[in-house]
Amino acid sequence: MKPARKKRLALIALMVAGIATGIGFALKSLDENIMFFFTPSEVAQGKAPQGRLFRMGGMVVSGSVSRPGEGLTVHFDLTDNESQVTVMYTGILPDLFREGQGIIANGRLDKNGAFVAQEVLAKHDENYMPPEVAEAMKKSGGEL
Amino acid sequence: MYLWFNKLGSPPHFYRIAGKWMPWLASIFLVLLLTGLYGGLVLAPPDYQQGDSYRIIFIHVPSAWMSLFIYVVMAFCGVVTVVWRMKLAEVILISSAPIGASFTFLALVTGSLWGKPMWGTWWVWDARLTSELILLFLYLGVIGLHGAIEDKRVAARAVAILAIVGVVNIPIIHYSVEWWNSLHQGPTVTKFDKPSIHWSMLLPLLLMALAFQVYYVLALFQRCRAELLLRERNSKWVQELSGE
Repeated sequence: MKPARKKRLALIALMVAGIATGIGFALKSLDENIMFFFTPSEVAQGKAPQGRLFRMGGMVVSGSVSRPGEGLTVHFDLTDNESQVTVMYTGILPDLFREGQGIIANGRLDKNGAFVAQEVLAKHDENYMPPEVAEAMKKSGGEL
Repeated sequence: MYLWFNKLGSPPHFYRIAGKWMPWLASIFLVLLLTGLYGGLVLAPPDYQQGDSYRIIFIHVPSAWMSLFIYVVMAFCGVVTVVWRMKLAEVILISSAPIGASFTFLALVTGSLWGKPMWGTWWVWDARLTSELILLFLYLGVIGLHGAIEDKRVAARAVAILAIVGVVNIPIIHYSVEWWNSLHQGPTVTKFDKPSIHWSMLLPLLLMALAFQVYYVLALFQRCRAELLLRERNSKWVQELSGE
């Protein structure tokens, strides 16, 4: 390779490396802001902001969904297999909402430590399969 | 090898070869697209959780893959442009940008359409969605910058630098769902583990991915030929071509 070309190639490598490190540090310092949600354990440890909106993500505990009254109000527990937080929500739930499903709720903590949600989003996992296969896996006791 | 590479890099030669390949590419693309669509929309079973709504992945996922792939091609051509000053690399770089931008747009729109019923929202500012939107802006930036500079050889070098710098965003998009908590799910196919998708859905997905790949080459050839004619309009080979 000609020296001039070598020099240009080295300059490009240097430029990309520099920008990558710069962006890397910037993202590292913004880490908490890029995190889309807090887990129930983080909420239980008091890491989540008090008195202001934030998102909490976890699995809906099986058998915890209840509807007090006749309206659209739903109560359920969210877990990350370590801690549980009760969520209260009034409104329409997304299609994928069900027990055992991962969801993300946007809202704030009330005085009793329960989470009052204004919006509930369902988080889809990366598994795709036909219903018969899911059924067979459930029967054999395998994990979905 | 070097000689072959040099020859392919010459505009009239590339123009001829690309023209010869295009009908073949078009027929391969049609076959792949039709079998992929038939497999995905008719043969593949519905998903155990999402029912039929998941079928948008046959468009969404290949578009998203292409949006990343095309950018990497552009960055590679950017390096060749800056270091070796190869004309054909400049042409491929600038011809790829609108195709890549379209795929990115398609990925964003189909994802949004799927997100409303499934997640419950059209759009959220999570890491994956935001970084993909930045990718769209990078593509638009490349197109805009190229259009803004009159001298196309100078423009190509400026655009090359932008394309090279922007490549930093590509690993961020790919790993965004692993580095941060996000609403978007993790990778299904592009991971070292076994794909977490049933083969009856994976097969049409891969066919569609292949179809999009062939479509990219086809569209790229078409755009490159037009760009070459425009740039070399005063050269002998173009004048001979039009004189016939």
